[in-house]
Amino acid sequence: MASPEDASRPFAGFSDVSIPEDIPVEGDISVPVPPSARDDELSTLDEPVKETVLRDLRAVGKKFVHVLYPKRSSVLLRDWDLWGPLLLCVTLALLLQGGAADSNEQGGPQFAEVFVVVWFGSIVITLNSKLLGGTLSFFQSLCVLGYCIMPLTVAMAVCRVVLFAISGKAGFIVRLVVVTASFGWSTFASTAFLSDSQPSNRKALVVYPVFLFYFVIGWMILTFSP
Amino acid sequence: MWCPDWSVQGSGSAVIDMDDTSGSSFEDVGEMHQRMKEEEEVAAEAAATEDEGTEDGEFLGMKGIKGQLGRQVADEVWQAGKRQASKAFNLYANIDILRPYFDVEPSQVRSRLMESMIPVRMINFPQKVAGELYGPLMLVFTLVAILLHGMKTSGTVIREGTLMGTAIGTCFGYWLGVSSFIYFLAYLVNAQITMLQMLSLLGYGLFGHCVVLMVTYNIHFHFLFYAMWLLIGGLSTLRMVAVLLSRTVGQTPRLLLCGSLSLLHMSFLLYLHFSYHQILEGLLDSLEGPNVAPMQRVVRDVPGLTLNTTMRNLMTQ
Repeated sequence: MASPEDASRPFAGFSDVSIPEDIPVEGDISVPVPPSARDDELSTLDEPVKETVLRDLRAVGKKFVHVLYPKRSSVLLRDWDLWGPLLLCVTLALLLQGGAADSNEQGGPQFAEVFVVVWFGSIVITLNSKLLGGTLSFFQSLCVLGYCIMPLTVAMAVCRVVLFAISGKAGFIVRLVVVTASFGWSTFASTAFLSDSQPSNRKALVVYPVFLFYFVIGWMILTFSP
Repeated sequence: MWCPDWSVQGSGSAVIDMDDTSGSSFEDVGEMHQRMKEEEEVAAEAAATEDEGTEDGEFLGMKGIKGQLGRQVADEVWQAGKRQASKAFNLYANIDILRPYFDVEPSQVRSRLMESMIPVRMINFPQKVAGELYGPLMLVFTLVAILLHGMKTSGTVIREGTLMGTAIGTCFGYWLGVSSFIYFLAYLVNAQITMLQMLSLLGYGLFGHCVVLMVTYNIHFHFLFYAMWLLIGGLSTLRMVAVLLSRTVGQTPRLLLCGSLSLLHMSFLLYLHFSYHQILEGLLDSLEGPNVAPMQRVVRDVPGLTLNTTMRNLMTQ
């Protein structure tokens, strides 16, 4: 039998291949992973689809909360996913698209344009932060930038309501305030997550393209008219 | 450990040999060596286990299997790991190639932006040009954003995808195209400038454009634009011209190089301010506007033909 300290260090014996004679070979094979954790890992196979979807949605929702209340935490960075950014990007593009579809002059941005701007822009920012010496991985950065569009998406929804309800100068002022606030919020939230990974003297260089990126999106939202 | 031997061997063509060693063949030698060592170690381990196993007959089969399995697994893991590592290394190496050009401090960028507006009157000695791409790249993206803004406020109504694409295409096309053109000219007249320096120089030269366009897209006042065009655009052009002058020898080359650069740079600003969206609008109108009449297809002879055949049929009946 293996001694107790061997059980605590399960792979310690493998470094030394030659086996002393006083240890008999036969015995139990103890699994180092606790059985309960193992069950949790495996049980996703036969769980209902609803639970799987709900769990993923809950994870996405948790990250939304992190963006709305940006505090220094590593959840958004550690478990990155691209579902939330996809969801936000599609929502934003659809909201911006609607106006252009039913007007003749096609003044609003097209679905594809918004989509390309968001993804291409975040890829450029990510590459830039990598080139400046950031320590975040590619997809972590994409995830953060994608999730931080959320205030702007909310602002877009608000703008549509405002456009519907209030017209004229007052409506424009309300939209301007909403978009400016959400633009600031987006920039602040993303820099709170991104700037930790940068060398402290170069934060301004990383923040500038982020600022530009959200500014262009904010400008698109502000100039949208159905 | 391999270098000295090779350089001694090929003393006649030392340069080529050094190139060979610095290239991929050197890595291959290193890898081969490491793999040989690895295999030796695995074999030694297996031999050791087998040696011990011979003392007790019962252990022999098991240890043999274990050694074989261990070797196989180790080999597999080693191969997979190597593949992964080389793939990751390639990706990061490509980023690392560009990294030196992005090695700047915020204060450096600020001072270079300022310097891009200050022409230095020193043409006897080559002026220093920083080879850096962060500032130029960001300025080009800023210019794209400003162009988009300008098109929106000027009420240009065209397809947005075209608008975005053209803005990006114009800015990057100007930056890359004019840089390579001037570099080509500089190469022809033997000026002392590299492609990287040219990209950096022209990129920082776009700072003046950004400032002028940002102001004049918001304040519609023709006199103001002309004043700013001459002052700010002229200053940034002069700065580039001064740098090029200091790095070129001879009257005609200088005139050729600086003349073409200043002409292109100043007219690009005019183009962006005045005719960018108008040209775009006009072009799109002529392409897909309603004034182009659809081609009329005239059906020839078919009714007559059918009539004739019907008539003939009737006649024959």
